[in-house]
Amino acid sequence: MRKSLLALATGLLLAGSIGAASAADKLKVGFIYLGPIGDLGWTYQHELARQALVKELGDKIETTYLENVPEGPDAERAIEQLVRAGNKLIFTTSFGYMDPTLKVAKKYPNVHFEHATGYKRDKNMSTYSAKWYQGRYIQGLIAAKMSKSGVLGYIGSFPIPEVVSGINATILAAQTINPNIKVKIIWANTWFDPGKEADAAKALIDQGADVIMQHTDSPAAMQIASERGKFAFGQDSEMIKFGPKTQLTSILDTWAPYYIERVKAELDGTWKSEDSWGGLDSHMFAMAPYTNMPDDVKKIAEDAQAAITAGKLHPFKCPVVGQDGKEIECKGGANLADGQILGMNFYVKGIDDKLPGK
Amino acid sequence: MELVEAIVLSVLAASTPLLIAATGELVTERSGVLNLGVEGMMIVGAACGFGGAWLTGSIFVGALFGIVAGTLMSLIFALMALGLAVNQVATGLALTILGVGLSGLIGAGFVGERITPAAHLHIPGLTDVPLVGRVLFGEDAFVYFSLALIIGVWWFLYRTRAGLILRACGDNHVSAHALGYPVLRIRTLAVMFGGACAGLAGAYLPLAYTPFFIPGMTAGRGWIALALVVFASWRPGRLVIGAYLFGAVTILQLHAQGWGVGIPSQFMSALPYLATVIVLVLLSRARTGGSTAPAALGTVFVPDR
Repeated sequence: MRKSLLALATGLLLAGSIGAASAADKLKVGFIYLGPIGDLGWTYQHELARQALVKELGDKIETTYLENVPEGPDAERAIEQLVRAGNKLIFTTSFGYMDPTLKVAKKYPNVHFEHATGYKRDKNMSTYSAKWYQGRYIQGLIAAKMSKSGVLGYIGSFPIPEVVSGINATILAAQTINPNIKVKIIWANTWFDPGKEADAAKALIDQGADVIMQHTDSPAAMQIASERGKFAFGQDSEMIKFGPKTQLTSILDTWAPYYIERVKAELDGTWKSEDSWGGLDSHMFAMAPYTNMPDDVKKIAEDAQAAITAGKLHPFKCPVVGQDGKEIECKGGANLADGQILGMNFYVKGIDDKLPGK
Repeated sequence: MELVEAIVLSVLAASTPLLIAATGELVTERSGVLNLGVEGMMIVGAACGFGGAWLTGSIFVGALFGIVAGTLMSLIFALMALGLAVNQVATGLALTILGVGLSGLIGAGFVGERITPAAHLHIPGLTDVPLVGRVLFGEDAFVYFSLALIIGVWWFLYRTRAGLILRACGDNHVSAHALGYPVLRIRTLAVMFGGACAGLAGAYLPLAYTPFFIPGMTAGRGWIALALVVFASWRPGRLVIGAYLFGAVTILQLHAQGWGVGIPSQFMSALPYLATVIVLVLLSRARTGGSTAPAALGTVFVPDR
């Protein structure tokens, strides 16, 4: 009995190692997700891109993902787990994974890392992000046109540069339509809590906002705006299902082309550390159809989109004036430099609120 | 003035799931069992509740699904922690992790679907009274039920013999056992009640609060419910105050931001938790003879035969 068990165990071990050998031929690619893949927003879009990647290169690669990984030190273990499982290219898909990713990258120089929306890089750690502020600018134009009360409601997640530059782009655009436009900003201090996002939307509408914009991940705010007969913009993904008469447009994250390109580079052995920051011109994101608005507003949006794509319109065209009334130093020639936008930590003039931590 | 009414309405909606879940946990803890799995039971209740309502088109059926799902989850806990006398803290934490995973699995089929949320009461005349009409006569059924529930629990705990026996099990299970009461059976029932409440509280989220299901949508409310029970020092009356206070701070901090009051939002978000800590400290300072917590809370009981 004992012998046959031993034989069986040996057999299983052999089978196991054979399985591992054939899997080793394929490149292992890992993903770390912030939310659940069913969040219908940020994580969902990364998951769609992963699926597209598998469809395109499925015979050459094997992908793994870990969802619901909290930002901060906990992420380090999750990333290391993917490294130990043999993943050679790892995408960490949220800003808060920046330091953990860097730490693991230093520890494993032979593994390549791709960190979304951060600014720290290394020999084996790239960063990638999208110029969403371009989309926010278009939304600002639409919002100012559609708002009757002249008050926009903005739900922020955390006061990080990506979110702050989005708010500034929105208000700068809105001011070109209505110089007296007001924006009320509520920080949810979370990326994902449908209940809290809904409460924030309710509070904004109760305080007079009639167009709701969000930089949090769930469709809760869209749903509330729809219930109250107001307008709203989706976030990250198509949310029109939650507000067929409410959604004006949505910024859609389209990561698939980038993921496919980077994995191909890894397969060819040409991968190197880069900083990719693409906008409408390089299809890092797209705008959902312009809906629920009159044709003239739609035209304004489409024209702006074309101008931004062609590089003729820059949301942060100098002079940009800060809240204190002083012009922001213009380091990028005619526009603010990329670095100034990536590290944006001030509100522009016209926002009568205080940026948290300032 | 309309703004005040709107704020009160939001506060009631935000507080109700906390109140329902905490009521259940209060009864569980009063019987001497610490079930840290509230978050897990809630999220499974949310998934099943939404599923039930989506399949049948009935909010009521959805709520029943949530209650049954929460109860089944709590039975897993009862089997482990009471039947097999496994450590309650570990079992409760495991139940939460299980619930989060399980709800994603159950809910995978209907992520992105919509339902019509629970209807709000409308009594012509009364509901239209300015300021108080919608607050008193325009809520959804869950809000009224949650208040009836906590009153019922208060009456049960302090005005019935069965309630006295349940509290006895929580304070001294050896004595209760010596008097011939079936301690484990009573505790199992209390755990099931806690599960049913957590399931219903979870179901409230997709049925009335944000009418869609998304994995992880409870977002820590189960943990807040646990903290509320401590905040209330295991008393139903204080639980109501605690739940509404918590809801009020949550909503008011959002409004304060909209108004541009210069208090950091991070600090406002932390306020309710800070309050819990302060209350705990005050309670332990003011303790006059005996603890406020059920004396046998969280201890394993294996009857000698």
